[in-house]
Amino acid sequence: MTVVNFYALIGGGLFCLGLYTLIIQAHLLRKIMALNIMGSGVFMILVALAKRIGGNTPDPVPHAMVITGIVVAVSATALALVLMLKLVATSGRTELPDTELKE
Amino acid sequence: MPATFMDVPWSVLLILLPLIGGVACFLLPKLIKILGVLSVSASALAVIGLAIQLQTHGVLRYPVGGWGAPLGIELYADGLSLLMLAMTAFVALAVSVYSAGYFNDQQQHRFWPLWLFLLAALNALFLSADIFNLYVTLELMGLSAVALAALSGTSAAVGGAMRYLFATLLGSLLYLLGVALLYHSYATVDISILSQQVTSTTIVWTATGLITAGLALKTALFPFHFWLPPAHSSAPAPVSAVLSALVVKASFYILLRLWLEIFDQVSETAESLLGLLGAMAILWGSIQALRQTRVKLLVAYSTVAQIGYLFVAFPLASTAGINPWHAVAYLALSHALAKAAMFMAAGNLLRFGGHDRIADLDRVVQRLPLTVAAFALAGVSIMGLPPSGGFIGKWLLLQSALSQGRWELAIVMIIGGLLAAGYVFKVLGRAFTQAELPHEAKTVPASMEWTALLLASTAIVIGFTATDIFTLIEIGMPFGNSEVTP
Repeated sequence: MTVVNFYALIGGGLFCLGLYTLIIQAHLLRKIMALNIMGSGVFMILVALAKRIGGNTPDPVPHAMVITGIVVAVSATALALVLMLKLVATSGRTELPDTELKE
Repeated sequence: MPATFMDVPWSVLLILLPLIGGVACFLLPKLIKILGVLSVSASALAVIGLAIQLQTHGVLRYPVGGWGAPLGIELYADGLSLLMLAMTAFVALAVSVYSAGYFNDQQQHRFWPLWLFLLAALNALFLSADIFNLYVTLELMGLSAVALAALSGTSAAVGGAMRYLFATLLGSLLYLLGVALLYHSYATVDISILSQQVTSTTIVWTATGLITAGLALKTALFPFHFWLPPAHSSAPAPVSAVLSALVVKASFYILLRLWLEIFDQVSETAESLLGLLGAMAILWGSIQALRQTRVKLLVAYSTVAQIGYLFVAFPLASTAGINPWHAVAYLALSHALAKAAMFMAAGNLLRFGGHDRIADLDRVVQRLPLTVAAFALAGVSIMGLPPSGGFIGKWLLLQSALSQGRWELAIVMIIGGLLAAGYVFKVLGRAFTQAELPHEAKTVPASMEWTALLLASTAIVIGFTATDIFTLIEIGMPFGNSEVTP
């Protein structure tokens, strides 16, 4: 197994770990962190796969993509945190209400 | 036409105008309504400019800043993008006029910048030529849409927005992972280059699965629709209209574009699966809509059902060619107009009576005749009755299903139409009855009633202009160049 594939697999593992937590955990802060970990997993895959097998220099384009991705992730996290605080302020809960809608 | 007019980069203006307008809203808060309506109108004019450009020169490719693909970002527009842009511009104009009357002063300041950023993201999305740029525009759209959904600040709205944010971020990450795999295989993100190079390998399969799943989640395809009803029903009415009419269509547009260009060779089983989920969405969404006791939730579940129709076309198109895609384009357009009208009408009812409980509508037909007319006309298109736009789309789809002997899909579509009639009449019937407890009624500004009626009437009128619209979307032949079968 090459080093490249090793890092890509770790990235895939982080992604799955984050996805699992996102679905299983009810606390909003944990869900937000889970999404961030999933994001890091994707970024890691992008960076790892930038070095192609046989090539010497890594491809810079995926690195540029990762930087864009990080900017997006930061803004999304900020929005998520603000929404969470707002939800706690209005309903006093740190979890989402049940999917079944009330009348 | 003067040469200078043709040289104006309308595509760039489509993105820049609402973006500048949104920033200007922060700088000049006193002029916020004028600035907002002006930016939306200006970008609608830019769509007309782009349409004339496309009709004269055919497909448009514009390298932003002179840097072309593969290094720079290119904008691309063909008939399909133009249809989506025109749909966005028209609904956006109506929503803007409606919003100017809907929100109070404090809410106006929060609404306009977000709404203009959302519009810029939508326009950029429909003009994108590469899959990474599509990711960025998806996120720009998602973030402003979530913020808009939370605008009213009630705990229901914030909870709905939170769920929406999780769904949309998860969808984007799945999509981005797919993009990473495709880039790894082909070292390009340009859609047209990818479409020439792509072959059926394991890695392309995985990417197809990830991208499709991510976008299906964002489009609220059954069973990924869980986030849509709470978010769309608890948002302010003009925001619900935009979310249901445009934002859901945007992620569907990407899905459609990628399946047409890149994934078409991948598999027929995947297409059958999308069709099956679409059929389930029609039944489930319609039945849930019938069960609702509040107008806005009913309309939101109706969106889940109508999205199903868009996906039913996938298995049909794999053998029947172009007709199901025309049906999809028409359905997307007519649903956008009709659903925006329905949410606006629901917003009027909510403003009028202070609630949107169907059972207590209290002879609203006498007091808000225009709003009820708008709801009914939009309902005609949603049900798919002739001569509405919804009829043309559903008829084309039904025809391809029957010609291929896909009876199960045809039956689901017909049942969906009947159920739609059921939930539309559930609301309309109550509009004539007296509520047990009469309540204080507030006045609804005329602009809010007329814009809803205008959109609903347009959803009917486009039923008469089908041939013109089909000629328009065939610019650049986005659906391949097979002949239209009558």
